[in-house]
Amino acid sequence: MVDEAQVWAAFGEIPDPEIPVISLVDLGVIRSVDVADGRVRVEFTPTFLGCPALEVMKRALEEKVAALGAQPEVRVITDDSWSTDKITPAGREKLRTAGFAPPAPREASAPRLVQLQRAVFRCPYCGSTQTRLENIFGPTPCRSLRYCESCRQPFEQFKTI
Amino acid sequence: MNELLLGLADDELVIGWRDSEWTGIAPMLEEDVAFSSIAQNEIGHARAVYELLTDDADALAFDRPLGEYRCAPLVELRLLDWAHTIARRWLYEEADRIRIAALMDDADPAVAGLAAKIDREEVYHRMHADMWHERLRGEPRFRDALADLWPYALGVLPPEQRAELAARVRLEEVEAIGRGTHTPELAELWDEMTSVRRSAPAGAQW
Repeated sequence: MVDEAQVWAAFGEIPDPEIPVISLVDLGVIRSVDVADGRVRVEFTPTFLGCPALEVMKRALEEKVAALGAQPEVRVITDDSWSTDKITPAGREKLRTAGFAPPAPREASAPRLVQLQRAVFRCPYCGSTQTRLENIFGPTPCRSLRYCESCRQPFEQFKTI
Repeated sequence: MNELLLGLADDELVIGWRDSEWTGIAPMLEEDVAFSSIAQNEIGHARAVYELLTDDADALAFDRPLGEYRCAPLVELRLLDWAHTIARRWLYEEADRIRIAALMDDADPAVAGLAAKIDREEVYHRMHADMWHERLRGEPRFRDALADLWPYALGVLPPEQRAELAARVRLEEVEAIGRGTHTPELAELWDEMTSVRRSAPAGAQW
């Protein structure tokens, strides 16, 4: 009989399809796991609604549960409960190591352009804060592009959401 | 079916389609990336709203005859000029934020929750639109584009929300070109957008 700890451990092995250095558990997108009578109910929150990896993640969760011999029921929750603040400290460190600047904390008011333009975001390669916003948008909805003036390296910044 | 939500979802789908038409041909690389990313996210919003209305979002998005789409004429227009494209993005975001804010207070928690999520993501679309508006607002070509699209922008919203939009964008309220009839451009868009599903053999698995 499968238990919740086993399910969480299995989910910790699922890489994010677009940033495979971090797992879905690190990303904080699994809101709850509930095991009862051989069924595993999972509540899962998308990062951005436009995330093209949404279906892939959902299927990966279902396959992991099935591999544990249980019946998966994955529900996608499209409310405001996921935030980049849910990325675990370990997940943030893995992002940094892979060349992504982790997101700034969510504040009470929505982020503003002037905040993104400030040179406070640290370059994941050399640690300098002399970085500038190149583009609010990047290769996926959850990422922005920045440029480090110190080591002259472009890098990606996880958007605060 | 909730006509307000269907109109919202159709707007997001169609403007996402129109924005994606700049992929590969925007006047600068940054805008190529920006328009592609915004388009993808708007279509993601469409999908999430369709899923509130049905179990099969793809069928609702792509299997309806043209006359059953509820999008506003603003999003249907095929704009080949950058000034008009940016004017539409800015006006659309200004109109969209008013209806999304209203939906965040909806009695149905599924609607209110989704609206809050959409609103948080739209912050980045608004930043982009505001940045361009700030740069271009003194340019005659941009002002002309705003004037051309203004009646269409009012038509995104129901009559009771239009005064708020006029106040936000500082334009005089005029007669709106609203939902209910479609522009000829939608037929062409629909034909392309639905062509893959219409050409698929019966029973195709997606």
